[in-house]
Amino acid sequence: MTRDQPVRLRSRHLLGIDGLEAEEIALILDTADSLAEIATRDIKKVPTLRGKTVVNFFVEPSTRTRSSFEVAEKRLSADTINFSASTSSFAKGETLLDTARNLESMAPDFIVIRHSQPGAPHFLARHCRCSIINAGDGAHEHPTQALLDAYTIRRHKGRLAGLRVAIVGDILNSRVARSNLFLLARMGAQVRLCGPPTLIPPGLERLGAEVHHVLDRAIEGADVVMALRVQLERMHSGAFPSLREYATLYGITSERLKGAASDVIVMHPGPINRGVELAGDVADGERSVILEQVTNGVAVRMAVLYLLAGEIGREAAA
Amino acid sequence: MKLLLRGGRVLDPDSGVDGKLDVLIEDGRIAEVARSISHRGVETLDLEGLVVCPGFIDMHVHLREPGQEWKETVASGTAAAAAGGFTAVACMPNTIPVNDSRSVTEMILTQAQKFGRVRVYPIGCVTKGQRGEELAEMEDLVRAGAVAFSDDGKPVWSSLTMRKALEYSRIFDVPVIDHCEDPALVDGGVMNEGEMSTRLGLKGWPTVAEDIMVQRDILLAGYTGGHAHVAHVSSAQAVGFVREAKRAKLRVSCEVTPHHLVLDDTAVGEYDTNAKMNPPLRSKADIEALIGAAVDGTIDAIATDHAPHHSDEKCVEFPLAPFGVIGLETAVPVCLDRLVRTGLVPLGRLVELFTIGPARVLRLAAGTLRVGAAADVTVLDLDRETTIRPQEFLSKSRNTPFAGWKLRGAPALTLVAGRIAHDARRS
Repeated sequence: MTRDQPVRLRSRHLLGIDGLEAEEIALILDTADSLAEIATRDIKKVPTLRGKTVVNFFVEPSTRTRSSFEVAEKRLSADTINFSASTSSFAKGETLLDTARNLESMAPDFIVIRHSQPGAPHFLARHCRCSIINAGDGAHEHPTQALLDAYTIRRHKGRLAGLRVAIVGDILNSRVARSNLFLLARMGAQVRLCGPPTLIPPGLERLGAEVHHVLDRAIEGADVVMALRVQLERMHSGAFPSLREYATLYGITSERLKGAASDVIVMHPGPINRGVELAGDVADGERSVILEQVTNGVAVRMAVLYLLAGEIGREAAA
Repeated sequence: MKLLLRGGRVLDPDSGVDGKLDVLIEDGRIAEVARSISHRGVETLDLEGLVVCPGFIDMHVHLREPGQEWKETVASGTAAAAAGGFTAVACMPNTIPVNDSRSVTEMILTQAQKFGRVRVYPIGCVTKGQRGEELAEMEDLVRAGAVAFSDDGKPVWSSLTMRKALEYSRIFDVPVIDHCEDPALVDGGVMNEGEMSTRLGLKGWPTVAEDIMVQRDILLAGYTGGHAHVAHVSSAQAVGFVREAKRAKLRVSCEVTPHHLVLDDTAVGEYDTNAKMNPPLRSKADIEALIGAAVDGTIDAIATDHAPHHSDEKCVEFPLAPFGVIGLETAVPVCLDRLVRTGLVPLGRLVELFTIGPARVLRLAAGTLRVGAAADVTVLDLDRETTIRPQEFLSKSRNTPFAGWKLRGAPALTLVAGRIAHDARRS
């Protein structure tokens, strides 16, 4: 497919970015590049995953990620089943292990899991034969989000290495922040994590980040500024006194973006609290690439499914 | 009824004996410890090459009976204890119902009498229903056989209640054992707060939540004159506070678990629920401090916090799994291999931490091979190699972080009141 990259991933699961090699990340991004073109066709479908079954197992509400996976699966001609918290037997108190075994009995090739508990995808990977894709596990990781963010950054900047990327907000509870940190640090970008000390967990420096509590310093000269969604329940837990004060300290406005690089791009994993972490005019402005992130999500998820399917085939042949 | 233990190295920190000696047991008591006791006409166990110690005491176990017999019972828990080299266990009161009354204490002792393979010392609740409010009927509990008070599983969160418990328990001269955590600071944490919890996205349980409670208990022990015992100390700072308290001659003691001495929080790995316990596994620096404190006498006892859970309960998402690991059948081999063989803790000191150390905390007439003492004896084989195989445990549960570990040094023989409770020499 592309250049000198090894044409394979080392695992048949995508449980997180932590543990992926730079070559694997590059491979996924390059693959997404070649698959992106399908979305521009009249008939947006290729037969790559024909006859493969994907279970979208969402035990936590999600619109964007679930739809994005579903579109990606359908464009690759996979059969998809959606299994969400409200319709599942989870409500009846079935354990994750029993649910996983039941899903497994239907012989799916992939389970895409979104779950509120960190490590739930790893749990499935230990107990299932099929390929597990983490679509967000609690505050742990959201690997396809980081991949689509990297893909988007790369399309704009042509590279990841050496870029100054500021990620602003609730780092403590954010799986997006973690996956982005792992990915960007692995690819040689300079990652600045910024938020109130009450929402910054320990040990980030050893994981490769710079930590800031003052927004202007984090933004200074940044090539990319990513705002994270702030959740109201964090205010109730005492992490900050009010949304108003949060917006004053950490809200991204066009005024504050003046300190960034002149060609800065602004990102957000959605959904946005307008006027809190991100001013409306910035979200809708020319530096914003937020909707591109959504578009790119489909290509990146297609790439992940495609590459993991290759690993399944390889293991079956071995 | 006589039994001669012949040819072993007798190591008894209480009496200061360490040498190749024979031990004569008569009517369940130590009758003589001397060189070359005549064995004519006496049943004899040849213990050449083995180390003969006072019976090991585990002052912190959960036997789960009454109420959670699918996890453990007095029968299975004491069988595991005997196999692990323990001649006595003290069991925590967080059963169902909790042991806050004479009737539950008596029930446990009845089960122990019927089915127990080793001695069982019940620990009564500090407060009624372990609710942390009103004191339990301590006199009634002590009269029934309780050796200490604890609301283990939870801290005595109210400083006022702890003050009263320390004051009132002075009547009976027994310790109040506290599970030290400030629940507000723990705030639902499931593993040590640090780089590893950040990486795994798991809620952190910071050492400061333990340190605050340990220091509070020390202050209250000083103020009231009561005896505060810190259960399963896990942090460098907390053990430092205990050291200071002991220097100031306060009535404070503490215990440490084998897992906190040899494992750090990286053992959680990819969300291994068998590495989830409370307090959580800490950092390498904490381990170093704990080992130092075990050697210098700050720590009084090694206790397992044996906490059996069924595999169905542990085989869930990490944050949802119950806290706790079992330890009765792994403690001695883990400590002999990882602490003694590595040179971190002298053998004599380790034996002290398993014998006279906990006996003194609980005021038990045990943990010694002095003439007249009950003939509870633990015999060690320092060269025996074992692999930890959970499927072979006598405990009903399998939740150990040590599965598959290859270890050198193991219990060989366990005698309770002069009778063989477990003999591993044959296998």
